[in-house]
Amino acid sequence: MTTEFLIWLIPLPPVLAFFLIVLFTNKNKALSHTVGVGAAALSWLGAMIVFVRALGVNELGREPFVSSINWLPTADTWFKIGVLIDPLSAVVLFFVAWTILMIFIYSIGYHNFGQPAGDHDRPGLPPHGATVEEHGHKHVVPSIEPMYSRFFAFLGLFAFGMYMLVVSDNLLTLFVGWEIMGLCSYLLIGFWYAKPSARDAAVKAFMTTRIGDMFMLLGIVFLYSATGTLSFREIFTENTLRVLATTTTPLFGLSAAGLIGLLLFIGTVGKSAQFPLHVWLPDAMEGPTPVSAMIHAATMVSAGVYMIIRIFPLLSLDPKTVTVVASVGAFTALFASVIALAQNDMKRVMAYSTIAQLGYMVAAVGIGAYVAAVFHLITHAFFKALLFLGAGSVIHGMEHGALHTGDHLDAQDMFNMGGLRKKMPITFWTNVIGGFSLAGFPLLTAGFWSKDAIFAEAFANGQIAVFVTLAAAAFLTAFYTMRQITLAFLGKPRSKAAEHAQETPWTMTVPLIVLAVFAASYGWVGIPKDFPVLGGILPNWLFEFVGGTLSVAPREAAFNYIPLLTSLAVSIGGLFFGWLVYRNVESAAEDKLQIPLLKKKFYVDEFYGVVFAKPMTWFSETFVSLWMDKGVIDGVLHTFGRLASNTGSTIRNYFDKPVINEFFGDGTAHVTQWTAKKLRPIQSGRIQQYMLVSLVVILALAGLLLYLLRLA
Amino acid sequence: MDFLTSHLLSLILFLPAVSALVLFFLPKDEAKLLRWFTLGASLIPFALTVFLWTQFKPDAAGFQFEEKYVWYQAINSSLHLGVDGLSLTMVLLTTLLTPLAILASFNVTDRIKPYMMLFLFLETGMLGVFMAMDLLIFFVFWEIGLVPMYFIINQWGSANKEYASMKFMMYTMGGSLGLLLGIQLLGALFGTFDLAAITAKWAVAEGFLLGFPIATIKTVVFWAFVVAFAIKVPIWPFHTWLPDAHTEAPTAGSMLLAGVLLKLGAYGFLRLVLPLYPVESYNYAGALALLATAAIVFGAFGSYGQKDFKRLVAYSSVSHMGIVVLGIAAAAFAAGKSDARIAMNGAILQMFNHGLSAAGMFFLVGVIYERTHTRNLDEFGGLFPLVPIYGGILIFTSLASLGLPGLNGFVSEFLVVRGAFPLLTVYTAISMLGVLCTGAYILKGIRKVLHGPLNEHWDSHGEHKLTEINTREILVMAPLMSLILIIGIWPAWILDVINKAVMRLF
Repeated sequence: MTTEFLIWLIPLPPVLAFFLIVLFTNKNKALSHTVGVGAAALSWLGAMIVFVRALGVNELGREPFVSSINWLPTADTWFKIGVLIDPLSAVVLFFVAWTILMIFIYSIGYHNFGQPAGDHDRPGLPPHGATVEEHGHKHVVPSIEPMYSRFFAFLGLFAFGMYMLVVSDNLLTLFVGWEIMGLCSYLLIGFWYAKPSARDAAVKAFMTTRIGDMFMLLGIVFLYSATGTLSFREIFTENTLRVLATTTTPLFGLSAAGLIGLLLFIGTVGKSAQFPLHVWLPDAMEGPTPVSAMIHAATMVSAGVYMIIRIFPLLSLDPKTVTVVASVGAFTALFASVIALAQNDMKRVMAYSTIAQLGYMVAAVGIGAYVAAVFHLITHAFFKALLFLGAGSVIHGMEHGALHTGDHLDAQDMFNMGGLRKKMPITFWTNVIGGFSLAGFPLLTAGFWSKDAIFAEAFANGQIAVFVTLAAAAFLTAFYTMRQITLAFLGKPRSKAAEHAQETPWTMTVPLIVLAVFAASYGWVGIPKDFPVLGGILPNWLFEFVGGTLSVAPREAAFNYIPLLTSLAVSIGGLFFGWLVYRNVESAAEDKLQIPLLKKKFYVDEFYGVVFAKPMTWFSETFVSLWMDKGVIDGVLHTFGRLASNTGSTIRNYFDKPVINEFFGDGTAHVTQWTAKKLRPIQSGRIQQYMLVSLVVILALAGLLLYLLRLA
Repeated sequence: MDFLTSHLLSLILFLPAVSALVLFFLPKDEAKLLRWFTLGASLIPFALTVFLWTQFKPDAAGFQFEEKYVWYQAINSSLHLGVDGLSLTMVLLTTLLTPLAILASFNVTDRIKPYMMLFLFLETGMLGVFMAMDLLIFFVFWEIGLVPMYFIINQWGSANKEYASMKFMMYTMGGSLGLLLGIQLLGALFGTFDLAAITAKWAVAEGFLLGFPIATIKTVVFWAFVVAFAIKVPIWPFHTWLPDAHTEAPTAGSMLLAGVLLKLGAYGFLRLVLPLYPVESYNYAGALALLATAAIVFGAFGSYGQKDFKRLVAYSSVSHMGIVVLGIAAAAFAAGKSDARIAMNGAILQMFNHGLSAAGMFFLVGVIYERTHTRNLDEFGGLFPLVPIYGGILIFTSLASLGLPGLNGFVSEFLVVRGAFPLLTVYTAISMLGVLCTGAYILKGIRKVLHGPLNEHWDSHGEHKLTEINTREILVMAPLMSLILIIGIWPAWILDVINKAVMRLF
């Protein structure tokens, strides 16, 4: 099989699985997950083969795998769609395939496959547990998800969207994959749709990202009409780029390239949850945890960053756009990190850390650190998938304990946890690896290397403001990461449920271990050449490989001790203080960071509610429907209607009735009647009288006749 | 076979009307016979249309399968039929949706015979407009389509049917008067009603008619056409008949009203206004784009503001037809340019796509209304666990209406936006607000009906227990859903036919 053909096939198994499950196998849970996981495994296999073959190509950046077909007839040309594997999509494909497969496997355990059906479970609500009798004792165990099959179907569609986005050679099919993921996030965040909070979170996620998508769509059509193509390889030619960079637009003095880049970037702001469209992502935690991992690590949010990395040659043309990108990214990184400090829900902490880490990548793109952005995208996918699945594992263990003890507590609240390291050792150690990678613990973790690359580039490029902001955010990141580890795993249990928590089944722990391996080791493929001691022992493969995507290969930033020392200081310092502050905290009341401003996330949601949501409802219900359509437009119509009907009744009352009816109509009748009355006496019925009258008439006629004849 | 190919159009056109006459002689109490006969009778034109589609040559110039019969010789009007890529697409839509509407009506028990007859007459009326190559014939069928729909709403509609049917009738008649006048003037001017002949003589006509310069006459006709078609589309602000008529009509009536009848107006623009009046079209393209944008934006917000599920869907038609009009405006603005052609491709495909998704949406609203006897969104809630199959179908069709990539609506909306953006940049950008709001009202519908806590009223074990969508109803949706998906993934089969027609027309 040619590599090109294989690339076409990669996205297909999950979407086929989606249709198979929805149409045929949904009644059978085991068959459904076999189909789902099998499809994910097939795509994974295809992706690995393609990846290995891509490694074997010399200068893949110049000679990528490409293939395209005609899709839409557009006047006298065809719009083509196709696939493209260059170094960038190859490395992205690698991490996407791994994380997706792990999430599929993990979902089997997370949704309690093999457990009995719940006592009172119903579709649309999380399972509540089942009562079983063992050795004469009744006790409650976790119950299987009632919509188990449906979950794998949605996950399959989600995976299809992401694979399609990665292998696309053009912005349109990229956008199709992008939107399919948007739909899947809606379906999966609202998976437990009967919960009002989940239902509303789903709508919020879809609508917020759709705001970005509309701008992105404008960017796409702008680009398409300016260049006549949406294919990356055709756009990123010297000529096309020069034309775009020199064409001016009336908006903010931006060049066409700058405006297109900005419009597309707004799509990323929505999808990758950057300020000010970040509000949907924390609420997205309403979905089942594998979904959170899917959205926050492997697929959806990565897609946003992937897109701006993809269009980097275009985006980097206009300095104004680039400044906006860098500022949004850096600000978001700090902003989200601050909010994360005060969150007690284990998954919400992770959600804000995701927003912040995406901010790093966006900022990296903004300062021109192309390879560093890709690097952080990959390492983040691994350690964040790990952290989410780890958090899910913790919550699952806690729920197990809660069912066992019969407590009704919030299994996600870290202040109900504590001491879990002994109950759930695998979850604990993998979480430590993931957390330390997020915090950028030196040398041993992947997160250190990728974050360090961004710092080094920011410093070398003279972007001191970005550098300082990101460093501050990194300190906070390390701090709240250690806060989470300390609260959840160290110390003593804070609740009975935590005492009875239990390690999760192998289907959940194996994915944790696999991801932990990547979260620790992936960084070693990108060690800078000039790094003290370690530099040069392993080649900086990532930089060489990914850098080859660009027509002018980037150069590594010169080594400098300042960013390195900063990076060491903030990560170790943050971790240390996190442990110091929280090691003895017993309850939320003792936590000094529970400030209302932070707990309320700077009141952004409330602000949007007042400024956008409420006015929109008023505008729709009152202004458009009631005032404009029913009031003004129908008012005018009804006025015409009344005018016609008034004219009609006027004519009737003042002409028809008096003139026609009474004068002519009734008048004629009256005259006739009067005449008839007067004539009635002749109709007596007496034959003699008739004879007499006849005689008179005949005589008169005869007389008349004679008279006339005489005249003649 | 020869007879079939040489009379294909008249067979498709008159079979429904003939069937309606046969239906008249069938016993009125044999409900089953009446229903199945009507369904069978409406499937033949569909089968013939599929045959027509396979025999049609997209690359050949001009009209195909032309037929011409003597009709009104004294005034030079003949029954002249023909199809090109544009009308063929609409004929396919009509013959596809009619059997589905009839299948959807199998639950109607009130006066089945006249009901079914009206639908068959309606089909002939609609097809006639799309096939007519003679202006007087065009007008005759235009009116034939109007009358059955009036009675369908007026006799089989819901609570407010009197008002709605009257508004529909008066409004459309108001437009038709001008249309008739315009057609008469053209007939008087050129001495023929044949469209091809008029087009050929169009530019050379000079002098005076009834004491007026011919240019003035042409302008009068232009406005008469524009008003008539604008009401039918409907273009904002002529749209308020639509929510009333659609909401009060019986389910199958709404399906055809939204699915086909609205397309008649847009078809009028494409067939008559743009080809005959390129200069006027260019001059008023900006105004048309403004109204299109108003329809897209206000239609979407209007939809979001509804509490009645069917009204919500009805308003969405205003918004979606606005996209068609935006495409037409772009095409009028730069006829002959490739941007304009792309927009026109999108507009025509959007007509077809809206026919599929709007018919589907109205049918699904009908399915739930029949079971619950309410359309009030606040009275539903959390129905998904009770009706999982219905829920899945509703979400799918809603997403088609939303324009989700991978489904049909996206392709046509993308093409319109792509074509209109370089020509009418500001309007296109503002329209995005409407497209954004489309998401809001679609999700509102799903949220209020399927999601959230279950309204226990529909789960009781009594008469209120909500039942799942049945096989007949799934069969109505299956063809629509298949086409929605197929066009979304592989639009070239239909778009190629449209594109080739557009290349020759504009």
